[in-house]
Amino acid sequence: MLPQSHAFKSGARIALGNQPLQKALGFMKTTGFPAKRLAAVQRLPEFEALREEGRTIKDRTLKHLDFYLETFEANVIATGGHVHWCRTAAEACETILKICRALDAKTVTKGKSMVAEEIALNEYLEKHGITPVETDLGEYIIQLRHEPPSHIIAPAIHLVKEQVAETFRAAHTDRDPDRPLNDGRILCDEARAELRQKFLAADVGITGANFLIAETGSSIIVTNEGNGDLTQTLTKAHIVVASLEKVVPTLEDASTILRLLARSATGQEFSTYTTVSTGPRRAEDTDGPGEYHVVLLDNGRTSMLGTEFQDMLRCIRCGACMNHCPVYQSVGGHAYGWVYPGPMGSVLTPTLVGIQEAGHLPNASTFCGKCESVCPMKIPLPKMMRHWREAEFARDLSPAVARRGLAVWAFLAKHPTLYRMLASAAIRLLALAGGRRGRFRTLPLAGGWTSVRDMPVPEGRTFHSLWASGKGRGTR
Amino acid sequence: MSGRDQILAGIRRSLNRGALDEATVATLRGGLAAPRRNLIPARATILDAEGRAALFRSMAEEVAATVEPIATLDAVPAAVADYLARLNLPPTVVAAPDPQLAAIPWDKRPLLTVRQGRVEDADPVAVTACFAGIAETGTLMLLSGPESPTRNNFLPDTHIVVMRKSQIVGTYEEAWTKLRARHGAGNWTMPRTVNFITGPSRTADIEQRVELGAHGPRRLHIILVEDGDGASQG
Repeated sequence: MLPQSHAFKSGARIALGNQPLQKALGFMKTTGFPAKRLAAVQRLPEFEALREEGRTIKDRTLKHLDFYLETFEANVIATGGHVHWCRTAAEACETILKICRALDAKTVTKGKSMVAEEIALNEYLEKHGITPVETDLGEYIIQLRHEPPSHIIAPAIHLVKEQVAETFRAAHTDRDPDRPLNDGRILCDEARAELRQKFLAADVGITGANFLIAETGSSIIVTNEGNGDLTQTLTKAHIVVASLEKVVPTLEDASTILRLLARSATGQEFSTYTTVSTGPRRAEDTDGPGEYHVVLLDNGRTSMLGTEFQDMLRCIRCGACMNHCPVYQSVGGHAYGWVYPGPMGSVLTPTLVGIQEAGHLPNASTFCGKCESVCPMKIPLPKMMRHWREAEFARDLSPAVARRGLAVWAFLAKHPTLYRMLASAAIRLLALAGGRRGRFRTLPLAGGWTSVRDMPVPEGRTFHSLWASGKGRGTR
Repeated sequence: MSGRDQILAGIRRSLNRGALDEATVATLRGGLAAPRRNLIPARATILDAEGRAALFRSMAEEVAATVEPIATLDAVPAAVADYLARLNLPPTVVAAPDPQLAAIPWDKRPLLTVRQGRVEDADPVAVTACFAGIAETGTLMLLSGPESPTRNNFLPDTHIVVMRKSQIVGTYEEAWTKLRARHGAGNWTMPRTVNFITGPSRTADIEQRVELGAHGPRRLHIILVEDGDGASQG
């Protein structure tokens, strides 16, 4: 999909007025993921220590990333598979098409993969005559609706069940149009029946990877539905599309991070299915894919190494940062305008599509710090959003009014006497203008603030003058 | 320069160094040859065999699996038939061609139809063995192979797993150690697929509410055999 991140502000405004979206996002605050995560974390006394372990494993791997990727490749080849190194999204799409064509594939089933979204694989395959079928329930729903995912682990989290029912009624035209579709159970069963036929008919199965294991040349996927397993078991070839920072050294290292992943994502102790795939089916096996391909994508990641954004390469795509973000909880994922929403998207999207396109995203944060505090890999997300704001400023990309305002403020901050004089004059003026109403509904130059909330009228004196008179220092 | 070489060169440039020297590579190789365990939660490591079995059971039941302890392997046919009868399911199962499942005296229950082999789409019930149970999260570990086709774990509506109590280990790390020792030290290979299964298939993709049976089995029933010579892969 073409990035629409430049339209964040209008997207957010529309989202705030979208009733079904607000209802769907409301589940996040009640029965949804954050409460479940908290319960799971409280049950594991070692959780904090494991976060530190996870960070160490990833940092250690990134330091020797070339070694681990080369070793991974050698072990994939040794077990009969293939590794395709792709610098860009276009190279990855071409590679996958070539593999599909060589097998004369007409349809491919897909497990949920954010990297496949990143490279816009579905559009590419469709354009070249191959039908991709999303099999994760959430991905299936949004594929039918021609929408992008709004969350990295729950792609249809922006919808309520009535909208899913409408979608199924419109798509599954062979079924009785008057059938009841009023609860999750029925919807789930209908999708199961529809997709079962697709699994059995598909030629190629494409999944992502949560981990690549250097030691064994394996890929690991983590799912709850079992769709990723049917995708890779029943087809002629299993194609894994993964970005290169997914590699970890050993099965033990993956196990440590797996203890963090499900708990942080959905609050589960462990996901229902954790599947380790190594090579194609063995000669004596009676099922499994005949070919195993790993499409290893860079797409700008190697240039994040060694920069202030390197820590982002630790991300395991659990979604905890967005689940807990007050901005995401209010506007949902689509407003962010590309594949990765929420705080992790606000850091990653500018690196992948450019700060010019995605400049609003690192600014769409209150810096409350919740994202960093729940991140299982301890990624300093607010700090990196700050780096983006600095980069934006340095490249003259921020709005002229903000830049001039900052320049004025900087001048005053360097001239404290003038600052105090002006501040106390401004406060007195505002107090006078505000009178007894206690709040302003509109203020010149502050329309961005007062269009959605009132501005309190300042009372009394400035902080500086209170401090100077001793009243700001408490009673001790 | 190929894409591969460009990516590797890019990594080295970003890390501000050249190719790794031989001593470093040797050290890193050593780390992969003898994988080190990281911090392991105490939950399962402090338990004895009985404690592990109890933890396995409670964790598995928490995620909607059912666990049925039985005394000996001879009792498996009755346990399977009664389980299916309780749920009004047809008494027809496909058993994985595992030699140790074949050792079960299936003919003790004449009304239970057992076919050996790979399941096809319409088969409602699969019975499989497993390689290990992992107590810390109530997780089953199954390995693919000619005696255990992977699809048997996913296509049927009902998956019944026969596991010996002594197959239960505490942690994922212990399960990897057991796998690495399968064919003797230094002589191990990964099977095509290792499935860790924790409860029946589920989804929370509609309004964050959990529904069971998304694409995989709707029911996971674990028959836990007390004696020491039950079903086991590998």
